[in-house]
Amino acid sequence: MDQHNSSRVILRLRNISKSFDGVAALSSVDFELLDGEVHALVGENGAGKSTLVKTITGALTPDSGTVEFDSQTVSNHSPAFAKTLGIAAIYQQPALFPELGVTENISLGIEKPRTWRRINWNASRFRAAELLRQIGSRIDPDSEVQSLSMPEQQLVEIARAVGAKARVLIMDEPTASLAEEETQNLYRVIDSLKKDGVAIIYISHRLEELEVVADRVTVLRDGAIVDTRMMSAVSREELIRLMVGRDLSLVFPKRTATIGKAVLETKGLSCRLNGVQNVDLMVHAGEIVGLAGLVGAGRTQLARTIFGLEPADLGEIRLNGKTVDIVSPRTAIELGIAYLPEDRRRHGVVLEMPIDANVTLASLDKLQKGITFDRTKEREIAATYVKRFAIKTPALFSPVTTLSGGNQQKVALSRWLETRPLLLILDEPTQGIDVGAKAEIHALIGELAAQGTAIVLISSDLPEVLGMSDRVVVMRNGSIARTFDRSEATQQDVMAVALGHQQMVA
Amino acid sequence: MKAQTFVNKHKREFSLTLSYIVLLVLVALFAPSFFQLANLRDLALNNAGVLIVACGMTLVILTGEIDISVGSQFAVCTYAAGLLAKNGMSTIALICMVILIGAAMGAVSGILVPRLGIPSIVATLALMVIWRDMLRWGSEGAWVQGLPQNFQWFGLGQTYGEVLVVAIAIGVFAAIAWCLQNLGIGRFFYAVGSDSEAARLAGIDSRSVKLNAFLIMGALTGLAALLNAIRFSIVPGNAGLGLELKAIAAVVVGGTAITGGRGTVAGTLVGVALLGTIGPALTFVGINPFWEKAIQGAIIIAAVVSDVAMTRFSTRQRFRLAN
Repeated sequence: MDQHNSSRVILRLRNISKSFDGVAALSSVDFELLDGEVHALVGENGAGKSTLVKTITGALTPDSGTVEFDSQTVSNHSPAFAKTLGIAAIYQQPALFPELGVTENISLGIEKPRTWRRINWNASRFRAAELLRQIGSRIDPDSEVQSLSMPEQQLVEIARAVGAKARVLIMDEPTASLAEEETQNLYRVIDSLKKDGVAIIYISHRLEELEVVADRVTVLRDGAIVDTRMMSAVSREELIRLMVGRDLSLVFPKRTATIGKAVLETKGLSCRLNGVQNVDLMVHAGEIVGLAGLVGAGRTQLARTIFGLEPADLGEIRLNGKTVDIVSPRTAIELGIAYLPEDRRRHGVVLEMPIDANVTLASLDKLQKGITFDRTKEREIAATYVKRFAIKTPALFSPVTTLSGGNQQKVALSRWLETRPLLLILDEPTQGIDVGAKAEIHALIGELAAQGTAIVLISSDLPEVLGMSDRVVVMRNGSIARTFDRSEATQQDVMAVALGHQQMVA
Repeated sequence: MKAQTFVNKHKREFSLTLSYIVLLVLVALFAPSFFQLANLRDLALNNAGVLIVACGMTLVILTGEIDISVGSQFAVCTYAAGLLAKNGMSTIALICMVILIGAAMGAVSGILVPRLGIPSIVATLALMVIWRDMLRWGSEGAWVQGLPQNFQWFGLGQTYGEVLVVAIAIGVFAAIAWCLQNLGIGRFFYAVGSDSEAARLAGIDSRSVKLNAFLIMGALTGLAALLNAIRFSIVPGNAGLGLELKAIAAVVVGGTAITGGRGTVAGTLVGVALLGTIGPALTFVGINPFWEKAIQGAIIIAAVVSDVAMTRFSTRQRFRLAN
């Protein structure tokens, strides 16, 4: 018999295998999930995490093996059946109806309204408000979902899952778009869900947060389970080793920065449209300046203003000592500024376009040959980057949609390197990317700085900012709150400043 | 390897061409008289204008927009051609003038849609009515009659004139196909249609790219109207009625995504041929021509369904790759 109520197995996968076109995505996977535990699922991109999740939610039927829920074998599994069992999943991108209100979204997730039955809006609204309160959120149930921020939308999804009496909750990279403060709030929500006996499968690339949130961790590699361990009994280095199957240095590339003259200098830069206020920022050739801060602190907005997407209405920007007027991305690119945007899938690359066209998109002028452009040279350039960054693709003309996240990011980066920028602004360049590709991108950033590129690195991943940057600039409410030197910056201090507790920092 | 690459890249165009060949074989079996020279000549002439307009429409749809005012633009341009010819304008000046009028009307759509952010289907629906009613008001519903002899076929005589019309249509097609592949603007059409924000972040001014698409579309409509006007001695007031539907149908059947970002004019060419052949072919096979529209509709639906199926198939393959 079970000693604890909490150690009952709620979900068990036995010997699950699934292959696509003869390629095994999962092979003989055994997995068990206990009531009230947070079970982390880690592995590089392509390790089979999403296939495993889809098997649990019934979106995929395995080739062999069984899914057991509450000691009952589930036959004819489907997403609808998963819902009746109480299995809910929250994905990186919230799957909500943006044009509908919070109440509608929560109600639709809990029960399907009958086609000809009148909806009791008062009761629905009350229930939505109650659920939101329960998870500690103060979102107005009447607000439209598209007006909410990403973390708020995630909370709506959690409220919906709680309302649907979920017993198994799958969270796929829930903190990818959250800043520290919201992450802390999420942890509280997870804690209270745990107390109610909800079992949580937690997928994340951020190993440091697993130490905080997870009870057990299962490592997947190449479609097979490598090991399941107690989180408290495994170190970060060991986890990484289990994931990649090789020793991978946690250390960021050591650089001897030879910092040159000032490339970018802003004075009193402000933009009313996006809330950037009175920013004085200086970036030198060969220097990496990290921009830290909470989501909404104005880091992306500052980048967008410098890149001419939301041009400044006050203050000045100097490039190589000359005052410039940046009114559009076009002018920014011509001046030698490159911006790798945050939302890689939507904005970093043109998904339907082939790799070669994506790589040259921002530098077509340079391929000009008479009135046309040189297509042979285009292919050569793309081939160079594919080789240099080890981009995994069947062909140069493959649309970028066919690539994995890390490889898409490498294509996006190639596009900007091909413009030979003086100043490169990277906005969350490693978000949602697996450990191996992350290290490659870090090495690449270091290499670029060594070649004399001035780099602004925006990242919510504190170890990344601290490990990569020569200086760390912390933003808060659209302004610069404080600048740290590499030697004096610590995670605690940076976070304290980002949260507005200046006095805590010496 | 190289040939296989080519086939892979143009799967849609190939499967469409294949269905067109099947159609031709069927017609050859059941109504060989369809392939009489006179009939083929009529077919080519009637569809030359449609092809030119559909090529322009391909550009507009590639950028993720649509222009349903082309039928009315066509009417205005045809009428203007007739009027100018009657007033004795020299041929060269007249050609430039009509194309300019078309481009100007295209520019109106091209400014309204991206600059003011009006959805193109609404903006061009309004323009469709406005252009057509302006024409009705200006012409008081009268047809232009008694066009000068030297205007017909540009004074080249019917045989050379016909060859010229078809040659121009093919020339326009080839030019656009080449430009889409080899000019920067061609690349930009695809990028903007695929995701205009992503294009903006790559430094592409999506508004001016869209303006260009509408402008070229208008100019090509002007050209098509001109080539139509020189065929007859009168210009009717209802010219170009339903032309927008023909053009859009050909583009969609040709495999261009209605949401933008994907497609080729080669597909559009086959689309025009397929839809243009089916009607007359029915008559030859002996099926009641009343069925023509219904069958065209069925073809459009079949094209869209197969497009969706193909996309799904490749998404599934993608999923396999990603996992």
